[in-house]
Amino acid sequence: MSQTAQRSRYVLKRLLQAVPVVLAIIVVNFFLLQLAEGDAVDVLAGEAGSATPEYMEQLREKFGLDKPLPVQLGVYMKNMLTFDLGYSFRHDMPVSKLVLDRLVPTLLLMVSTITLAVGFGIVLGLLAASSLNTWRDNVISVFALISYATPLFWVGLMMIVVFSLKLRWFPTSGMENVAMFYEGWDRVKDIAHHLVMPTLTLSLFYLALYTRLMRASMLEQSSMDYVTTARAKGLTERRIVFVHILRNALLPVVTMAGVQVGSLIGGSVIVESVFAWPGLGMLAFEALFARDLNLLLGIFLLSALLVVAINLVVDLVYSFLDPRIEVG
Amino acid sequence: MSFWGRFCRNRSAVVGLFILALVILIAATAGLLFPEDPFKLVGRSMSAPGENGFLFGSDTLGRDVAAGMAHGARVSLLIGLLATSVAVSLGVLLGAMAGYFGGWIDDVLMRFTEMFQTIPSFIFAILIVAIMKPSIQSVIIAIAVVSWPAVARLVRGEFMAMRNREFVQACHIIGMSDWRIMIREILPNCVSPIIVTGSLMVATAILIESGLAFLGLGDPNIISWGFQIGAGRTVLRSAWWVCTFPGIAIMLTVLAINLVGEGLNDALNPRLRERT
Repeated sequence: MSQTAQRSRYVLKRLLQAVPVVLAIIVVNFFLLQLAEGDAVDVLAGEAGSATPEYMEQLREKFGLDKPLPVQLGVYMKNMLTFDLGYSFRHDMPVSKLVLDRLVPTLLLMVSTITLAVGFGIVLGLLAASSLNTWRDNVISVFALISYATPLFWVGLMMIVVFSLKLRWFPTSGMENVAMFYEGWDRVKDIAHHLVMPTLTLSLFYLALYTRLMRASMLEQSSMDYVTTARAKGLTERRIVFVHILRNALLPVVTMAGVQVGSLIGGSVIVESVFAWPGLGMLAFEALFARDLNLLLGIFLLSALLVVAINLVVDLVYSFLDPRIEVG
Repeated sequence: MSFWGRFCRNRSAVVGLFILALVILIAATAGLLFPEDPFKLVGRSMSAPGENGFLFGSDTLGRDVAAGMAHGARVSLLIGLLATSVAVSLGVLLGAMAGYFGGWIDDVLMRFTEMFQTIPSFIFAILIVAIMKPSIQSVIIAIAVVSWPAVARLVRGEFMAMRNREFVQACHIIGMSDWRIMIREILPNCVSPIIVTGSLMVATAILIESGLAFLGLGDPNIISWGFQIGAGRTVLRSAWWVCTFPGIAIMLTVLAINLVGEGLNDALNPRLRERT
């Protein structure tokens, strides 16, 4: 079989594997909704201010809420699969439109965070591994330990105190200075300026994680036979590290970057609500305050789908990076 | 070398144990140190640290930050321990079944575990607490629900490695029941890794709890570190101390537990240590 056919079969296989996960997540969503006190009609009646019991019964019938549970589940699944996530009464908008509107800022934050964390993590890990047990290695280890233990929201608040309130280097919140009506490059620069602190905050933990992972991975690879061979061939130490070891040591870091996406989305809820970054996380924070359960469930579903999708992409990237992995 | 000898060989673990002991001591004596209800308004609002008899200052309403921190230590440790115990029990049960029985049970349980690992755990925890209404119980359940998969995978691996060992075969021959073999024979052999994972999970649980409380999803009747920071963020500009000190408390506690966890790892798995 040709390489491309093999690859597309692998993609198809991975896509099919994702289907039951997505279905299961929808079922979990449905049961969470059932667990909640009251139903959509109660919410509607609450919003309207007054509603007679008869009218509420009518509404229940209209929405199919009087049907047995399995039927309701079927309807719910159909709705979800057509990306009909219900209606947010607080925002007076369909949930699907709301969450898609807010997806872009979150993706921007996530991409910049992953880039920063993976990039610097690789560099720091390399540095720590190549100067093993010296002060540099120790400083990096201590930094990693502290980053693991520090709550994200606290880092964010402290950065606001130091860099926004005291030094006035960065804005405290938001994604752009709307009042200035920037356009073109000015707007990009403005958004980048706002992006610095949320990205730094969110990436701190992952930076520590990738640094430790990279360090361990470099150390593991450097004791392999192929390194001895390379050294026996008379290659320079620099070439051995950067060409031979580095390539292999990168693989676990890529895997981990994929695994961490789910927790990254969780972290972005906190970071976005600290910096009022107008993404999905901020929307979740607002939904919490407004007790807008439909919206919260929609965000949950979308973020779960995002994790499934990104894991798929990482697996594919992985198979490109490491041809030893069987794609067939 | 004894357990303590191996534990103490890791210097930072000893430091961690010391900090942790201090936090536990403060939590235990919070009622004596600060007999007043930490929610009570006890003095001038927005006092800076050291002013008006407030060690760490007071918040917008004149509540003592230090008193809140001492009482908050109880909540953090309590929720950390309880949520971890629930998660470990659940993880051990499911992991043991998957690893011991194998076959379709393993398949089903592992698919289930994988699904839980795919779901973004913090948002899942937020949802659970929001739906069940914020309370100590709902926070514990939420943290346990998102943390058990790691234990299940670990225990499954251990059980799979042990189920064909000779001592287990011997148990089969003398007619022991499956459950008895699992609980009385195999489980005691994988206690060490469970303890190490569990101790690290307490740290994560405390972080999740503080995040939930920060977002306003803590028990409204109980003061906690995350709640203090969440309440203080609105006055960040004028009263930085309200947010700063509870955050340091979280950091030190979590750091201490992580260090102790690493020390336990060295002490309980000495062979692993020598290999690396």
